Amino acid sequence: MKKSFLLLTIGISLVLSCQKTEPSIPIDNNTLDGPVDGLTTSEKLQFLRGDAAFNNQIFTKETGLGPLFVASSCGSCHAGDGKGHPFTTLTRFGQTDSSGNKFLATGAPQLQNCAIPGYEPEQVPAGASSSKFTPPANTGMGYLDAVSDDDIVAMADPNDANGDGISGVANWISLKSYLIPRTGSLVNNGRHIGRFGKKSGAYDLLQQTAGAYNQDMGITSTYEPFDTYSGVAIAPEVSNQTLSDVVFYLKTLKAPVQRNGGNTAVIKGKELFNQINCAKCHIPELKTGYSPIGALNKKTFYPYTDLLLHDMGSGLDDGYTEGNAKTYEWRTPALWGLGLSKNSQGGTYYLLHDGRATSIEQAILLHGGEATDSRNRYNGLSDAEKQHLIQFLESL
Amino acid sequence: MKALIFSILGILTLQSASAQIDSTLLRRKPKDTTGNLLNMDAVYNRPFLSVARMPVALGGYAEANWQHLGTNGISEGHQFQMRRVSLFIASGISKRIKFLSEIEFEDGAKEISVEFAALDMEFHPLFNLRGGIVLNPIGAFNQNHDGPKWEFIDRPVAATELLPATWNNAGFGIYGKKFQKNWVFAYEAYLTNGFNDKIIDNKQGRTSLPAAKENTDRFEESFNGMPLITAKAAIRNSKIAEIGISYMGGVYNKFADDGITLDKKRRVDVVAIDMNATLPKLNTFINGEWAWVTVDVPTTYIQQYARKQQGGFIDLVQPIYKKALLGFEQSVISAACRLEYVDWNVGKFTATGGNIADNVFAIVPALSWRPNKQTVIRLNYKYCWQQDLLGNPPAKTAGFQAGFATYF
Ligand code: HEC
Ligand code: HEC
Repeated sequence: MKKSFLLLTIGISLVLSCQKTEPSIPIDNNTLDGPVDGLTTSEKLQFLRGDAAFNNQIFTKETGLGPLFVASSCGSCHAGDGKGHPFTTLTRFGQTDSSGNKFLATGAPQLQNCAIPGYEPEQVPAGASSSKFTPPANTGMGYLDAVSDDDIVAMADPNDANGDGISGVANWISLKSYLIPRTGSLVNNGRHIGRFGKKSGAYDLLQQTAGAYNQDMGITSTYEPFDTYSGVAIAPEVSNQTLSDVVFYLKTLKAPVQRNGGNTAVIKGKELFNQINCAKCHIPELKTGYSPIGALNKKTFYPYTDLLLHDMGSGLDDGYTEGNAKTYEWRTPALWGLGLSKNSQGGTYYLLHDGRATSIEQAILLHGGEATDSRNRYNGLSDAEKQHLIQFLESL
Repeated sequence: MKALIFSILGILTLQSASAQIDSTLLRRKPKDTTGNLLNMDAVYNRPFLSVARMPVALGGYAEANWQHLGTNGISEGHQFQMRRVSLFIASGISKRIKFLSEIEFEDGAKEISVEFAALDMEFHPLFNLRGGIVLNPIGAFNQNHDGPKWEFIDRPVAATELLPATWNNAGFGIYGKKFQKNWVFAYEAYLTNGFNDKIIDNKQGRTSLPAAKENTDRFEESFNGMPLITAKAAIRNSKIAEIGISYMGGVYNKFADDGITLDKKRRVDVVAIDMNATLPKLNTFINGEWAWVTVDVPTTYIQQYARKQQGGFIDLVQPIYKKALLGFEQSVISAACRLEYVDWNVGKFTATGGNIADNVFAIVPALSWRPNKQTVIRLNYKYCWQQDLLGNPPAKTAGFQAGFATYF
């Protein structure tokens, strides 16, 4: 009798303390998912819908996957909203200069290297140059999206007027017909500034999203109605509502939060980052212009990018490009969240556009072109200084 | 076969059911405890109730629980679940012909399924026929799945998310048994309808045999006209242990349609071993199962869909207090622990040579109280680590579950 009483008491007290016996939430700063602060309830609900579509909706043959595709969900390439893995690294091919892609008839620009059973996946046609793209993180996209064109152009220095060897340029692209330009969007010869994608080939998050559904998964929408296998416009396989939820989700994913910012090594590293001119391209602080989402309206944030293209030298020139970018030009990637990359890349870093660098140091050493001077300065640092710089980058 | 409670069902005439059941007419046939029964006998090794002189015996089981689980700090809160109610109806049509069916209502009545409905004809202890909807004898859990038999609220992950328990199909087969002193040898072999291409094209985004169950047409129509072969052999020494080895395999894709060849025949093959034993003196019950799955996946498909999978579980159950308690004469309190593991993708990434993870490991300590032979009240604490494909830091899920399962 006593024993059963004891068991009962143990049972009840365990039950009452259940939260304590469950795994704790990882410290917010250590994860990339989650919304920005200050969303309204209806915004939070839309965020949740977008989250479900982005992370949980795995496409199958019945729901429209393929026939040609690269992966079956957004989340399989952008795990936990972080950077991706060589396993889902995609290949683009066929364009070498601003005269456009010469291989559209043979499946360019994107290689769909997988197919549902019964279909043959694509191969890069003979004579086409190609480049690999490792999936980038998707955090803080809403902030980057809300930077005004004026601010981007102000950072550009196409003719290197200041003589520092660094001359960022914008990729002026033609706007897809379904896109509505942001208020204040600049136009140059009928072209607009692209800011998403490693070549800045996409104008905004709708283009990125509709394009990803179509090119990465073989899912058509009213925006991108053409099936990548047959080339025929088919009924939409994802609704405009879902697309808009996913775009909203991307916009309102929080920005990565710096960790150990007060650490002395990290503070020293940050100074070095400025001293050796890393910060000339990886610009620490930007601000948003007007945004209809209150949480993003006129905010200051710390992405470490200028959203501009830079000549990165022949080492990083794959001979493939998009829009008006040169084959050796790449958009400065944001460095926020860099230290968390391994948590979504299976424990190893895969950095630079194609994941060829497996450590931060390797990524720095592969900088060339406009970044040559900066790289040489890095080489000139003492071992301790290099450590501080890397610790700083890992804290982002 | 004689040992089976079933043969006692020699009740003859049908009586018109009266409005109210007089409980003195209900006779409970306890389940067999002679020690000669094997995992594969599970569908018959259940307590049945015969109603006066009705030619059928009735039975069933139900399980319900409360749980509070959290994953990485996020919890669904308190959940009360009536996971399933199952009804068995058995009838001894004649001395050597019997029919048993099990109808299961899952999650309220969201899913109603005929779990088992088969006619058995006995010819010789070593040769009998069974046909209808059968439980494919792969591993042990698939056939021996009644809630009240287990100390754990959740079914083993390896049984339900690697193997497709409960996996049943329309088909026919043979079975038999041989006794010799302390030994029993038995076999079963069936040809049934089988898998379909959902196993490599599903919402789970991984090779999933359970995904094949989404195709409920399998009871009337084979997906590709190729039978699934399932066979099991088991041997038991009543003093030592039982060991079973089973195989299930067939073609899962639609390789031809309307006489036109579409693809080569692609196979799914499963091998499983199961064992259980009760340690002498300590009375510790050890029960485990392991399965290996291979699937012929087209090379042009994504690596997310595995060619090889494996997993299993081991349960340890230690009776710790075996005395009358609160007026329950046959009361037993046990401490138990389950260890389980599933690797849904055994292999390496072609892009990097690194290991493909997609696995789960769980440990489930438990306390159970069986006030009688039919009922179990159980308290589980579950902790599981689940890694995605890339092997990123695992999602940790843990929490308490408490509930009951009972035959009725
Ligand atoms: C096959 C893997 C894959 C899938 C699936 C995928 N992405 Fe991407 N994603 C990438 C790659 C690679 C890039 C870089 C592309 C580029 O540079 O043009 C990218 C870029 C992006 C960007 C721009 C990031 C930046 O820094 O500019 C966004 C936003 C994005 N993806 C969202 C999505 C959404 C939404 C989905 C699902 C509809 C999706 N992705 C599905 C691989 C993938
Ligand atoms: C001229 C502009 C420029 C300068 C100066 C520059 N970078 Fe970069 N950085 C880039 C570009 C562009 C890339 C992307 C190249 C690619 O993807 O192939 C990049 C990539 C990186 C990456 C990899 C990020 C990722 O997500 O894969 C790191 C880390 C990095 N830079 C750090 C530094 C550091 C540290 C310095 C200073 C020593 C520096 N960069 C100087 C333009 C610059």
